[in-house]
Amino acid sequence: MQASIPSIVGQMIVFAIFVWFTMKFVWPPITKAMEERRAKIADGLAAAEKGAQALKAASSKADDELKAARTQAQDILSTANKQATQLIEQAKAAATAEADRIKANAAADVERQVSQAKEALRKQVGELAVLGAAKILKREIDTKAHAEVLGDLAARV
Amino acid sequence: MAGSSPAEYVTHHLKHWASSEDAGFITMDAWHIDTLIFSTVLGLIFLTLFRIAAVRATSGVPGKLQNFVEIMVDFVDNSVKDSFDGARTFIGPLALTIFCWVFLWNCMDLLPVDLIPHIWAQIYGALGHDPAHAYIRVVPSADMSATFALSLSVFILIFVYSFKGKGVGGFTKEFLFHPFGPKLLPFNIILNTVEYLAKPLSLALRLFGNLYAGELIFILIALLPWWAQIIPGLGWAIFHILVVTLQAFIMMTLTIVYLSMAHAHEEHH
Repeated sequence: MQASIPSIVGQMIVFAIFVWFTMKFVWPPITKAMEERRAKIADGLAAAEKGAQALKAASSKADDELKAARTQAQDILSTANKQATQLIEQAKAAATAEADRIKANAAADVERQVSQAKEALRKQVGELAVLGAAKILKREIDTKAHAEVLGDLAARV
Repeated sequence: MAGSSPAEYVTHHLKHWASSEDAGFITMDAWHIDTLIFSTVLGLIFLTLFRIAAVRATSGVPGKLQNFVEIMVDFVDNSVKDSFDGARTFIGPLALTIFCWVFLWNCMDLLPVDLIPHIWAQIYGALGHDPAHAYIRVVPSADMSATFALSLSVFILIFVYSFKGKGVGGFTKEFLFHPFGPKLLPFNIILNTVEYLAKPLSLALRLFGNLYAGELIFILIALLPWWAQIIPGLGWAIFHILVVTLQAFIMMTLTIVYLSMAHAHEEHH
């Protein structure tokens, strides 16, 4: 058992060099790597958190859009329905009007033909009456003198 | 060794490979070559290992070596953080160096006591010297020179940190007036002197005493017949794993505590 002063001094110098080396070349790179990794992990966690939030926001936005689209579709559908009913109504009205017009035309035609036929008949009856009377009263009756009476007669038939 | 009495065997094992013959308790001119060589080589092993890890250090997925080194650095850094509230750019590396270096010193105690001395005796004989005078001690922490070198370095650092933390004036004031107040100045001086001297002494002697005693017990176990060595040798070695780690840890922790005490700028009273 012996303490050697030169050895103590030598050891202290060696120790100082070792500590200096550790301080310069060992400690900083390792603590830096650890610190960087810690920061990386923290960043990763923050990014994951952010991503989850963004997902939430996006899905709620999608829901909103879907709802809006559904409402819009409903609107379009109801407008189309209304338009269709209107068109049908219009068509119905036009058809009715046309039918009425045709019916009225037909009625007028019939009336006109009836009155023409009446007129023709009246004339023929008058002529026949004149012819009959002429045959009966061949001599005495002057056609010209009795035409007025015959015409009046024909108008009354 | 063979043919020598137990007392001779033990004293042979406790003698240093020294640069000169000096049997004094404190020697001024005998270098302990064995302690210097072993401690330096062990320190270089530590530095090489950690430097490799530092060069390859990545902030991505670490390898096994980097994992180990990071655990050590983190452990030391946390120990420092717990008691020292200042920049750790110096104290961290200091504590790491002390822990790893002392741990490796202490681990030498787990080598069979006769392994390296026997090899050394062969080499010494082959070099043409008398193998009976081949002395070597492999556990640097069982040499006061190594432990005092550490504790005296810490002692110097205590003053450096005191001056840095409190200023020369503050340190002097505390040394003269603390803890009994200005009226009992002589007692303050006596108490503080004892306190300051006790730090490096206890630091060095605790480590030295533990490892010296451990080594001595291994030597005594080696004196038993071979069949009787197994149980006590095994038991003591297993127990010694604890001592090896614990003493390295204590050395580091006390260094941190002493330096943080020195650095702390507290107004007493």
